Amino acid sequence: MSSPANPTKTSMTSAYSPFARSLGNTLYRKNNLLLFLLLTPPLLWFGVVYLGSLFSLLWQSFYTFDSFSMAVSPDLTLENYRSLFDATNFDIILRTVSMAIAVTLACACIGFPIAYYMTRYGNLREKGFFYIAVMLPMWASYIVKTYAWTVILSQEGILYWGINHLGLTFALNHVLHIPAIGGNTLATSNLGRFIVFTYIWLPFMILPIQAALERVPTNLLQASSDLGAKPAQTFRRVLLPLVFPGVIAGSIFTFSLTLGDYIIPQLIGPSGLYIGTMVYTMQGSVGNMPLAAAFTVVPIVLIFIYLAFAKRAGAFDAL
Amino acid sequence: MLYKIKKLDKLMLYKIKQSDKKLRIKSKSLSEKSPLWLKTLAYGGLIFLHFPIVFILINAFVAHDGNNTYLTLKWFSAAFARDDVISAIILSLKVATVATLLALVMGTMAAAALYRRNFFGKEAITTMLILPIALPGIITGIALLSAMSMLDIEPGFWTIVVSHATFCVVMIYNNVVARFRRMPHSLVEASMDLGADGFTTFKRIVLPQLATALLAGALLAFALSFDELIVTIFTAGHEITLPIWLLNQLARPRDAAITNVVAMMVMLITALPIIAAYYLTRGTESIAGSSK
Repeated sequence: MSSPANPTKTSMTSAYSPFARSLGNTLYRKNNLLLFLLLTPPLLWFGVVYLGSLFSLLWQSFYTFDSFSMAVSPDLTLENYRSLFDATNFDIILRTVSMAIAVTLACACIGFPIAYYMTRYGNLREKGFFYIAVMLPMWASYIVKTYAWTVILSQEGILYWGINHLGLTFALNHVLHIPAIGGNTLATSNLGRFIVFTYIWLPFMILPIQAALERVPTNLLQASSDLGAKPAQTFRRVLLPLVFPGVIAGSIFTFSLTLGDYIIPQLIGPSGLYIGTMVYTMQGSVGNMPLAAAFTVVPIVLIFIYLAFAKRAGAFDAL
Repeated sequence: MLYKIKKLDKLMLYKIKQSDKKLRIKSKSLSEKSPLWLKTLAYGGLIFLHFPIVFILINAFVAHDGNNTYLTLKWFSAAFARDDVISAIILSLKVATVATLLALVMGTMAAAALYRRNFFGKEAITTMLILPIALPGIITGIALLSAMSMLDIEPGFWTIVVSHATFCVVMIYNNVVARFRRMPHSLVEASMDLGADGFTTFKRIVLPQLATALLAGALLAFALSFDELIVTIFTAGHEITLPIWLLNQLARPRDAAITNVVAMMVMLITALPIIAAYYLTRGTESIAGSSK
């Protein structure tokens, strides 16, 4: 630490009054006071407004909802949490989690080659181009992208038109007849919903992988091939273990974002509820805030489990 | 002293990297060229990412007249003639501006407090700042809504601003804290040694160093707030921001032409700040916008 400013040295003229000047110097010298003053407003905001809201939500998940009078009473109960395991509610959770897993896997498979190409083979120009090309769709308005897909997937849309012209309508019909992913049309099938989810969260997977790849020293790969490993071996034994934390880091985003989404399941895909849409209807049209609150705890718990797993895989160093 | 050593370290590293590059150029083998299938996959992925966006851009300029399809600007004038479009745009701009300003103040304060010192609870505070974007938006939204209804607060302009500022703080914080870490503290010490007081040092030394980080963070926060939908639905009450207007439009397919135009404008209003933020922070260790 340096010595505090010497008051006799006034080579720099100050525009501030002596009081402000001594205040500024006191703040510099009394580090703890400065820290306290700096931290109070953000802490008040986050501690009171944000955490306060979260706790009030959590608290309400123990309230009682009377399904006859449709009224909420502040009698504490664990009934809401128990009902999460009812067959219908548990189905909602399973449906959402399996979609989240499928979307995460698809994002990793599509995202990896993009990230790999841009870090390994792209020159400086190409790298910048790829970077912006990935970042722009990520930041482009969520609702606009979803809207675009509702138009693209509709029966009068460009995708059906293209498939028709390629003479592949029969293939599409076959795919739509597969029970778990099919549906009447693309826009009302799980396949359509899966495509949109994958599209929307894909950039969140590419960037962490790219960051992890960027950190792998090239000479490690050179050493591996010098020692006689084939490219596939180098990839599997050297590159993948080093980049895997990045993949996990990206999967945190794709997994958590899919779990909590409630707009896409409303607009695209079959009618079955997701965690997000369940929370939304319970809170909105039904007015069963306690059950809605209990349902929000599900993604929180799942994400914390996932984060613990990710931490063990070293994903936080890759963020 | 430590700083000097670190700098030397960096210099050495740089030299090693340079010689490494030369070596690589010498030993440039066939494996350095990208295989065609990889290139196809990479560019195919990019096309997948951009095709819906291009689709919206083109649709905004296209009109059908019987069997004819032609390019036109008439949807733009039609969109701007609509009061609901204009008021939604103005509301979203106002919310984004106020939320960004609030987030700028709080994010900078938090960054200044947390970048250099270690103290009990620091980890908890950083986690708390990240929480609003780490948790799914629906949780933040419904939590704020439940708190509002408990306190009998009528949802409106200010509740939207509060909710947006909450998740914008981390954008500013991330950018500013990265810049603070890069800024040698000896600069501040030198300024104070030379007789500048705390405020002068802040104005003449700290602020110019932070300027681009602040601007980049503010641009990102603005873009984030401008097209936020998930949380806003809960905190907006009867107010209609631009994303909410777009969501409502989905139930009106006959209005599709105007929806396309507005969708394109939303895209542009968010894309321009993002590109600007990228160029402002390019070449530094943390490029703005790499995490949303």
